[in-house]
Amino acid sequence: MSEATAMHAGHAGANESPLTPESWGKLGMWVFLVGDAMSFGTLLAGYGGSRYGSADWPVPAAILGINLTAFMTFLLIVSSVTMVKGLAAIQRDDLAGFKKFIGLTILGGVIFLVLQAWEWTHLIGSGLGFTGWTWHTSAGEVLTGASLFGTTFFIITGFHGMHVTGGVIYLLCILLAGWRGAFSSTNNSPVEIAGLYWHFVDLVWIMVFTFVYLL
Amino acid sequence: MAEHHSEAVYHRTFWYLLVLTILEIIVALMPLATLIKGILLVGMALGKAALVAMFFMHLRFERLTLAVIAFTPLAICVFLVFMLTPDLGAVQHKTVVPAQQTTGVKR
Repeated sequence: MSEATAMHAGHAGANESPLTPESWGKLGMWVFLVGDAMSFGTLLAGYGGSRYGSADWPVPAAILGINLTAFMTFLLIVSSVTMVKGLAAIQRDDLAGFKKFIGLTILGGVIFLVLQAWEWTHLIGSGLGFTGWTWHTSAGEVLTGASLFGTTFFIITGFHGMHVTGGVIYLLCILLAGWRGAFSSTNNSPVEIAGLYWHFVDLVWIMVFTFVYLL
Repeated sequence: MAEHHSEAVYHRTFWYLLVLTILEIIVALMPLATLIKGILLVGMALGKAALVAMFFMHLRFERLTLAVIAFTPLAICVFLVFMLTPDLGAVQHKTVVPAQQTTGVKR
């Protein structure tokens, strides 16, 4: 089917979208991701605008843990690699490789969520709130400042965390379907599409990490 | 069958991403002027995003129109930040004591 496509470049078959080889699903996922990118973009733009206009926004590095989040960034990048290797495995009919790498991707996502939950617990326990915050440093100082710092932090990281959770569930479904023999070298579009979603989640985290934690 | 690129490109992309992440953290911790730090960090983040999009999401090898679709929200988001700044970015003024109300007040 796809060989025929390659030979008739520019003329998409009935089950192929004009922009993405072989699959309408892939185009559909891209369109969804573009819309989702706008959602995150709006949140980050609002965050940027709030911070720019604020007189007492704290330095994020003084309150948020950069080391842990750096490891979380590394974890998501590695999970993107395992995702793409899982796809490559099923594209050459390597079912064992597919199971291993998709399994590792899911594990990466779960560990990310566990670390995020731990980070949130630690921050809330130290005084960072949704509607205001009083931060108790380990040196015994008490800091406070713009309440939107806490609000924007929890909304942005929480919205991203929801996406990771959805992605983990999505990949579990893909793993289950693959385990039952649904995918092969000639039928793996759903795996590729799930991969697109997962890479998007990684990409968004790269932006969130930079704007919320580092800058 | 779809083109199967060797997995070496994925490994190479991973190393670039790792190096950029480490550089980002180093720059974040350095005592630089905010503007320079901002430009460097945003530049590196965009570079990492481009690597993920082009290689992991396969955009490099898809039709160009798809890449244009994917790039559009980035351009719109930059525009959005500028559109929001006048409302949210106004410098806060000191509280001004309002003048005594003279109309509608029962004397």
